[in-house]
Amino acid sequence: MSLVVFIEFADGVYKKSSLEALSMARSLAESTQQKVVAVQLNGPCDSQILGQHGAHKVLHNGSDLGAFAADSWGKALAQMCQETQAEVVIISNTYSGKSLAPRVAHELKADMASQVVSMPETSNGFRVKRSVFSGKAFAWVQLTSPIKVLALTPNSFPIQTWNESASLETTQVSASSTIQVESVQKVSGKIPLTEAEIVVSGGRGMKGPEHWGMIETLANQLGAATACSKPVSDMGWRPHSEHVGQTGITIKPNLYIAVGISGAIQHLAGVSSSKVIVAINKDPEAPFFKAADYGIVGDAFEVLPQLIEASK
Amino acid sequence: MNILVCISVVPDTTTKISFTDNDTAFQTSGVQFILNPYDELALTRGLEIAEANGGKVTVVHVGLSDSEAVIRKALSMGAEAAIRINAAPTDAQQVASELAAIAGGYDLILTGRESIDYNGGLICGLLGAALNIPSINVVTRIDYINGTWSFDRDIDGGKESVSVQGPCVASAQKDLCEPRIPNMRGIMAARTKPLTVLEPKNNASGVTYTQFELPAPKQGVKLIDPSQAAELISLLKNEAKVL
Repeated sequence: MSLVVFIEFADGVYKKSSLEALSMARSLAESTQQKVVAVQLNGPCDSQILGQHGAHKVLHNGSDLGAFAADSWGKALAQMCQETQAEVVIISNTYSGKSLAPRVAHELKADMASQVVSMPETSNGFRVKRSVFSGKAFAWVQLTSPIKVLALTPNSFPIQTWNESASLETTQVSASSTIQVESVQKVSGKIPLTEAEIVVSGGRGMKGPEHWGMIETLANQLGAATACSKPVSDMGWRPHSEHVGQTGITIKPNLYIAVGISGAIQHLAGVSSSKVIVAINKDPEAPFFKAADYGIVGDAFEVLPQLIEASK
Repeated sequence: MNILVCISVVPDTTTKISFTDNDTAFQTSGVQFILNPYDELALTRGLEIAEANGGKVTVVHVGLSDSEAVIRKALSMGAEAAIRINAAPTDAQQVASELAAIAGGYDLILTGRESIDYNGGLICGLLGAALNIPSINVVTRIDYINGTWSFDRDIDGGKESVSVQGPCVASAQKDLCEPRIPNMRGIMAARTKPLTVLEPKNNASGVTYTQFELPAPKQGVKLIDPSQAAELISLLKNEAKVL
């Protein structure tokens, strides 16, 4: 019986969110006495790193599954979960993780929950906490099937290290997909928004796309990702992929800095799980100040240069 | 060409969320329910493709009779027929298993990226797995070119273009299209379009929601003088310890 963690390997590195999932699985295993198995479907494998972050064992697929596709990868992962007699399968709630998780759950006839935000509660049945209503609330859900699949939201569990090594086993699982990947455009050198620990976000108060240089400079200096409000993406100032809020992305960084965003209920929904929120707005009545930990009532064009200078 | 669009009914985006019965149920009184915004995009693009290629769009919903106003809205946007599976939706796996029972034989099945209430985002993958067809999540473009489905989809840190021959299921992300607003003719026509009610087949159970909670309220904002903005950086470093 084991806890399986699906390890995402992309652009030559293990995803931070996969190491978080691994750390959570190991912490859970300490109380349930289960073994943590890290399953990696692609790329070269470094069992030392995975062992340090909590894996007892690494199961690496030696055959090439080709480009990521939810159907073929889902079949392969499900097969490897069966090989290790998985009881709980933990996948990051990333774009690829979330497309994979339901396919794996179907193959394993498993109950599943996505958007999981903390470690499962196992003292009385198996319950997990997930975010609902786009971050406006949380729900506890009970899973009762023999195998359970969870999609864990990035930044929900801190990465931990153990002074141990993992055993490595290579297997050959193949599966094919009818999905043909034609081209991939990655935005290079940028921190993915859903995984970022710090996010600097701009709203209508930035007055136009030509002023985004300041948001980007501050973000670069803080090692942050950039985001925006709905009107900004609707007006085409920024791509929709940066839109956080109820109909955009829900994020959970340690620090969220909102510049020139009033804080409509739909926007707050997407960011209210952030650990620390800073609101910068000209309007002292802006609702964001009620949801923020720190606030500056002032003009973005006066405040931002000072922040850029101070964070150099 | 037959296109099926799965629609859900959700609280309006401005809804203040609260719970009843010792925080075990969502407080629905006074809440306005709407067609899930992502499903609206899926439906609009489905209609555009059907119109361009000579096809028909059917919408399907798992829910009780109180959803019929929203189903009629989907018909007024241009769908030709609607199916309502008469079961209260309790979980993505239950909904997907009911949808799968009627979703065979379509050339394309569309869903929203997620419903804006429970945010599962699972129907596309569950349905694809149940029907054993490819599922393509969070698509921002759908075209039908020489018998092949062509998509752009959001991936972690970028975008990719994929193509699929044969039936598949895809979930709609913003940027796919502008949602269609029903016109008066559509609204009139929707009144007489067929809405078939089917009883649930599988009665599958998934997870059970046992308790809800609201995020802890903030302690109150600490204001910094705009002329001393640099102080914020040191507070974030030394007090909040997030830098």
